[in-house]
Amino acid sequence: MNSLFTPLSWSDSGLILTGVWNTIIISVVAIVVGTLLGLIVGFLRAESNKAVNILFGSVLDVLRSVPLIIQLILFSTFVGAMGNPLAPFVAGSIVLSLYTMAFMSEVFRSGFESVSPSMQTAARSLGMTKWQTIYHVRLPIGLRAVFPSWLGVSLSVIKDSALVSVIGYMELLRTSEQLISRTQQPLEILIGVGIFYFIISYPLSHYGRYVERKMAI
Amino acid sequence: MISVQNVHKSFGDLEVLKGVSLDVKKGEVVSVIGGSGSGKSTLLYCINAIEPINKGKILVDDVDVHAKETNKDKLRQKLGMVFQQWNSFPHMTVLENAALAPRIVKKMSKEEAIEIAKKELEHVGLGDKFDVYPTKMSGGQQQRLAIARALAMKPDYMLLDEVTSALDPELVGEVLDTLRLLAEEGMTMICVTHEMGFARDVSDRVAYFHEGVIAEIGEARQVITDPQNPLTQKFLSKVR
Ligand SMILES: Nc1ncnc2c1ncn2[C@@H]1O[C@H](COP(=O)(O)OP(=O)(O)OP(=O)(O)O)[C@@H](O)[C@H]1O
Ligand SMILES: [Mg+2]
Repeated sequence: MNSLFTPLSWSDSGLILTGVWNTIIISVVAIVVGTLLGLIVGFLRAESNKAVNILFGSVLDVLRSVPLIIQLILFSTFVGAMGNPLAPFVAGSIVLSLYTMAFMSEVFRSGFESVSPSMQTAARSLGMTKWQTIYHVRLPIGLRAVFPSWLGVSLSVIKDSALVSVIGYMELLRTSEQLISRTQQPLEILIGVGIFYFIISYPLSHYGRYVERKMAI
Repeated sequence: MISVQNVHKSFGDLEVLKGVSLDVKKGEVVSVIGGSGSGKSTLLYCINAIEPINKGKILVDDVDVHAKETNKDKLRQKLGMVFQQWNSFPHMTVLENAALAPRIVKKMSKEEAIEIAKKELEHVGLGDKFDVYPTKMSGGQQQRLAIARALAMKPDYMLLDEVTSALDPELVGEVLDTLRLLAEEGMTMICVTHEMGFARDVSDRVAYFHEGVIAEIGEARQVITDPQNPLTQKFLSKVR
């Protein structure tokens, strides 16, 4: 190597860990916010009539079908042009959360719809109120039914979070790009990054299979 | 007492109940028989305020079921209902299924609710199934769970909608035995049923439904073995 490039060294581990941490933190934010919003929107969709649903549905369709990378660039350019640019983390969290919400809402909608009206009638006939029925019957049964899909969406959010690098967020991929341009060791670094994503995702999907087995009652 | 007075009920343009009147006294067991689509289930749903009515009145212990000011959730605590589909809550054990409503609707303590649930489960012969998940049980057992779940609310009346129709033939007996036990204990019941033997032997009166009206009602044995209305005769000759 010539003097322009400095090889990878232990002193880079701080940078890498920052990247790992930032990937985790933005994924957790997007999954938590996306899940909560998705629950609300999914419930409203399962409950609403056709007209409301078409309105909801088209907004969600846009969020789901426009590539995330374009949404990220458009959003951050737009707020930048409005005069108060947001920190990459904030802008990225907003876009990634809404994107996650769009998928989660469909997951939860199908969960809510999987609980038959007759199951709800049975609960109401015991004197439960509408909200007690939702909380004690519809929610737990519906959530169990869609847990595998929820996990699938969550895992892809972790991977999709790499795209937030395009608006300058120092997550794992972007830190590794910086390291690559400095060290010119793309192979080692990308393999390392791949392993990190695996280490983050694998326990989740493994745990998911365990939960799924436990819930298959 | 349940008092159904000239009740009319439509789904859109389809009039399903066309002036039904029926009084059921405390301790009485009334079976409702009749062809598919004649409005038997709809009547039970109207008594339980699951479906609104268009005309007439239903009184349960002198409370107007469909009056605006009636608290329907509260009213339903008096009226246990069991359906053709047992609808066990699949995410809870048998014991939790039966204890849920006493705990959250009647706001009992956990211990109290569990005690009542255990008692009612033993009552229907599920004393050895407390910790089992209902989906691991047979249809007959799940239907008995549905009965125990309703009984745990200490209802004054039971409304039963073809509770054996979805069961394999060999499981029908155990559920009918449970209902027979309830009848002997003096529970007031309205049973929609296709089991003519049960209607004849267990109920006090039988009502024959035809196209949204009660075409014949009378003492159970008489209606089943010696029906007066030609429509009842025709129906009974077909189901036998
Ligand atoms: N929620 C509903 N919306 C529209 N129509 C309904 C609804 N519920 C019942 N009906 C109609 O009302 C009529 C009476 O139905 P109901 O379920 O009371 O009959 P039933 O006597 O219980 O018949 P079965 O023996 O088949 O259970 C049927 O024609 C049915 O299609
Ligand atoms: Mg019916």
